[in-house]
Amino acid sequence: MTFELVCFYFFAAVAALAALGVISVRNPVVAALCLVLTFFSMACLWLLAQAEFLAIALVLVYVGAVMVLFLFVVMMLDVDLVPLREGFVRFLPVGIGIAVVMLVEMLMLIGVRSLQMAPGVDPAAAAGKSNISWLGETLFRDFLLPFEVAALILTVGLIAAVPLTLRHRAGVKTQNPARQVMVRREDRVRLVKMDAERKGGPAA
Amino acid sequence: MITLAHFLVVGAVLFCISVAGIFINRKNVIVLLMCIELMLLAVNTNFVAFSRYLGDPAGQVFVFFILTVAAAEAAIGLAILVVLFRNRATIDVTDIDRLKG
Repeated sequence: MTFELVCFYFFAAVAALAALGVISVRNPVVAALCLVLTFFSMACLWLLAQAEFLAIALVLVYVGAVMVLFLFVVMMLDVDLVPLREGFVRFLPVGIGIAVVMLVEMLMLIGVRSLQMAPGVDPAAAAGKSNISWLGETLFRDFLLPFEVAALILTVGLIAAVPLTLRHRAGVKTQNPARQVMVRREDRVRLVKMDAERKGGPAA
Repeated sequence: MITLAHFLVVGAVLFCISVAGIFINRKNVIVLLMCIELMLLAVNTNFVAFSRYLGDPAGQVFVFFILTVAAAEAAIGLAILVVLFRNRATIDVTDIDRLKG
């Protein structure tokens, strides 16, 4: 058993246990932290598969951004947890049964051929490149249009999330710059045409 | 020696755990979203493993795109969750029945 294999089993066990924690703990904050541990262990597994760029990206994007977002939302919402847990025991046998059946089916599908599939040389190293340039050349040569579309999707997500959560409260005395800019002279000043008047009452 | 089957088994185990999580936490939207993220992670592991063992960079590029879409999905899903909680004061899935579906 090589050192790599020992590391693999260790990270895989940590990932599986943390995933079990995600679905079983009572407190959503603890569940989110368990999910962070799962992501981190899986990033280590991806490092073992020589996918360095994606492992770092997983830690940056998921642990650094998405899970922080989850934690913010979990802590922001004052959720009453007791009614959310009430179906837990009732659905536990169903969930475990379906999961076990699915797992057995998948393990049967994985089969013997993949058991004999040795890693061989790293394809990036065989091409004389680092993982990131191996990936980047493919990304920017063969997948340039999907890359641009991905950027567009992120922009759409950003813009969509803002109006979803924006709320206008009535009765707040703040300035509205748009209305201030759009004001015209006619709204504020009214010029009245009238005859001249002499001081001290009407002329005799 | 780490074979392809090692990675596929880890992916399958994670996927099944998240499916079980969707079944047993079917009232809590936050945990449901976390289970979906876990499923995506399991699928991404398969992509990375196949890309490494077949020597094709397209698999890792695909994982990159999945990460992008999953980030956008998480942001919008959580925004919808916040709006839902603000309007209904609950995140129980069984209470969201206004569409009578």
